[in-house]
Amino acid sequence: MNLNATLLGQSITFVIFVWFVMKYIWPILGSAMRERQEAIAAGLRASEEADQKLASAATNAESELAAAKAEATVIIEQARGRASQMVEEAKDEARQEGERLLEAARAEIDQEMNRAKETLRGEVATLVIAGAERVIEDNIDASKHEAMLTKLAAEL
Amino acid sequence: MSSGTKTTADYIQHHLTNLTYGQLPDGTWGFAHSGAEAAQMGFWSVNVDSMAWSIVLGLVFALLFRAAAASATAGVPGGLQNFVEMIVEFINETTDSIFQHKNEMIAPLAMTIFVWVFLMNAMDLVPVDWLPELAVLLGVSHMKVVPSTDPNITMAMALSIFALIIYYSIKCKGAIGFLKELTLHPFPSVFAIPVNFLLEFVSLIAKPLSLGLRLFGNMYAGEMIFILIALMFGGGIGFFIFGGVLQWVWAVFHVLVITLQAFIFAVLTIVYLAQAHDSEEH
Repeated sequence: MNLNATLLGQSITFVIFVWFVMKYIWPILGSAMRERQEAIAAGLRASEEADQKLASAATNAESELAAAKAEATVIIEQARGRASQMVEEAKDEARQEGERLLEAARAEIDQEMNRAKETLRGEVATLVIAGAERVIEDNIDASKHEAMLTKLAAEL
Repeated sequence: MSSGTKTTADYIQHHLTNLTYGQLPDGTWGFAHSGAEAAQMGFWSVNVDSMAWSIVLGLVFALLFRAAAASATAGVPGGLQNFVEMIVEFINETTDSIFQHKNEMIAPLAMTIFVWVFLMNAMDLVPVDWLPELAVLLGVSHMKVVPSTDPNITMAMALSIFALIIYYSIKCKGAIGFLKELTLHPFPSVFAIPVNFLLEFVSLIAKPLSLGLRLFGNMYAGEMIFILIALMFGGGIGFFIFGGVLQWVWAVFHVLVITLQAFIFAVLTIVYLAQAHDSEEH
């Protein structure tokens, strides 16, 4: 337990080791650790930013989707309205056309009927005269009985 | 106990004697054959075993950490780098919390002390007979393997730190300021100078003494208990088992002690140097 020159030897060794650690170990490890710390901090910041961007993008997408939906609804409404309008128009047109056709057909029928009546009237007059001639075997004076015959034909 | 011819006292004595190189009584230089002979050598002798183990353990520390530093990457660290960085981080935090001034030397100093002292203390956990008996087989008469049980080692470190305390005290406060602190504190009066100086000088001297002797005392006592437990191994099967259990228990407890003592030494170093840097009156 006597103090001796070991004291000096250990002191010198101590100084050398402290110097070595101070020069060749501590700064290198320290800078590596600091660098990593910064890298991690930057990474965390970046991920946070990305999160924010993602969140804002999601919000954007939602609002745009909502706008598109609203627009689509409007368009569909318009289309539906237009469609029913078109259908109504077509119906009206068709009705009108039908009525027109019906009118035309009726007019034609009337015409035909009148024509047929005229023809029949003429023929009936002739037939009546011929029949009466045969019956009475006598010539009926057509001119005398013209008025009576015409009245008869009109009654047919 | 290696042989039956040794007495218990011899055994203990053998374990507590350093391998000392110096001038023998007959005038030649060589290794002392006993503790008494080593004491006669005076100051100019060296405890070769303490020095050698201290340097070897210091090299283990320096080279291991240097290897980690050389391959250090800011990317994902490997196992060794992780381990070393854990210690660096720990020391850095401890230093930052105690030492508020700017000094690039404090943290590396604290780390050197912490790891080196820990390694020196950890030699205590090697069963007390292994290395000394191996040394005897190799023809080396004495071998104390725990450098921190040698007061030369602990006091050398404490005195080196004392030198730093003086250096930084004068550097940060000026020679006058340092003298003022020693003489006009705690009683700021010209008439109180002798009392102040006595108080302050004692507290200044107490720093290295307590620092070095605390570590020495703790480790020496721990080593002593290991030696006493080892004595039981020669006392029959019952004592052998009892001693084995005791040694295990004490070793487990000692793991705490060696870490704590290394930490205390490092932290007190930081504290003392922080005080040396504090220039304001308090």
